[in-house]
Amino acid sequence: MTRPQAAIVGVAESDLGRTPDKTVLQLQHQAARAALEDAGLGFGDVDALFCAGSWSWAPNLMLAEYVGIRPKYTDSTNIGGSSFEAHMGHAMAGIKAGLFEVALITYGSTQRSDRSRNRGGYTFKLTEQYEPPFGLPMPVGAYALAATRHMYEYGTTSEQLAEVAVATRKWAAMNEKAMLREPITIEDVLNSRWVAEPLHLLDCCLVTDGGSAVVVTTAERARNARKTPVWVLGHGEAHTHNTIANMPDLATHQAAVASGRDAFAMAGLTPAEIDVAEIYDSFTITVIMTLEALGFCGRGEGGAFVSGQRTAPGGPFPMNTSGGGLSYCHPGMYGIFLLIEATRQLRGECGPRQVEDARIALAHGTGGVLSSGATVILGKD
Amino acid sequence: MPGQIPASMLQQDSDSRPYWEGLAQGELRIQRCNSCSKAVFYPRSICPHCHADQLSWIVASGKGTIYSYTVAHQAFGSFAADVPFVVAIVELEEGARMMSRIVDAPRERVKVGTVVRVTFEQVGEDLTLPYFRLVE
Repeated sequence: MTRPQAAIVGVAESDLGRTPDKTVLQLQHQAARAALEDAGLGFGDVDALFCAGSWSWAPNLMLAEYVGIRPKYTDSTNIGGSSFEAHMGHAMAGIKAGLFEVALITYGSTQRSDRSRNRGGYTFKLTEQYEPPFGLPMPVGAYALAATRHMYEYGTTSEQLAEVAVATRKWAAMNEKAMLREPITIEDVLNSRWVAEPLHLLDCCLVTDGGSAVVVTTAERARNARKTPVWVLGHGEAHTHNTIANMPDLATHQAAVASGRDAFAMAGLTPAEIDVAEIYDSFTITVIMTLEALGFCGRGEGGAFVSGQRTAPGGPFPMNTSGGGLSYCHPGMYGIFLLIEATRQLRGECGPRQVEDARIALAHGTGGVLSSGATVILGKD
Repeated sequence: MPGQIPASMLQQDSDSRPYWEGLAQGELRIQRCNSCSKAVFYPRSICPHCHADQLSWIVASGKGTIYSYTVAHQAFGSFAADVPFVVAIVELEEGARMMSRIVDAPRERVKVGTVVRVTFEQVGEDLTLPYFRLVE
């Protein structure tokens, strides 16, 4: 492993949950201001902007103008919910190349408040012509198709999927920012209504509003930051398909296989060395397939791996310690929140949910319909 | 009558037109690569397997197996009236996979690996979709 050259020095969320009077620009401004404050920096220090969203034809142009910055490097990579783990890798590469010094990564969404908005006038074009006419609700339907295939190939059960939701809720109970904090049982998950078989309502992430921001900078500036630098040790990203019928193997998260392999290789680490894992949990099946893909367990062993509440507080594999997309928040593209929680865990800022002696953290984002994967490995001195 | 999206919401193009026109005539048309011979769906101008640019249209046999499936218990817009309904990824005997609905099938008989055959369902004045039924 070479000496890390980039570090996370600021993280923050905006208001989360339901924010009916806020715009995506206000949420991102709020989160960015707080993240820069966390870093001991200001908007004037930012010379690179990374954001992703479908709220503008060119989100970077709109956001930069709104907050009054003129970045000399900009990146609006959008590969779904994993975009921000990709941004982290791109920011690290740019810093390493000496292209900029202070990168601001932001996200904002008002999807919950927008829910009733009329989608009339939308046309399905290009490669979107072939699936929408069958009426499958997306993205949940695609993940349900993957879950069915995973169950068929490996014998994964609904109870095993439920283990993830139950353990994640236990972490959420210790996070005052989490939207759902009441304990649930495996029976509660199994008794919740079907959304798309084999996924029940409690196998599915929340639908919330929210914004967030992460500040990344050079090793030199990080040493003078307000808080302990969180070093970017490894990164990998990949995408394999866009439509679920074109996913090469519905029981294997191949994008995560590739991104995990590259991230671990860059960091010079192995899965056994990860102290805390933040794994994109759009649905419970996403987590099980990702754990297998990243090598925390063997192929087909994800269900057994999460059984017996092994990922819950006090268990041997602390995972999704914020309460995850399942219980904390999920404003559509959740990946940036994984980086925030991983950073806070490494800084030791997590209060009752703090994982003891956490030195190495992994954040893995999944986007689209298991289409993309991006993995970031973080560490502290 | 299943829920539907008006054909006007589907923006056909020169890749897709033979497919949609085939459905209206009761044919499931897919492509085959002239170079590597693999079946390709959805239609496009490049083979995603070997990147050759010569593909031919073929009429699929319409026979396939259920590769995976789900039963949707909620759906958006006009599709909400259809729930519960079965959506599957069907592996055609030519080798390509496509999304479709499995219709007229008792829930307990829908399984991964079940053999199915295409059926053409006119879901609107100007839109025919390829659904699949279980083969008895």
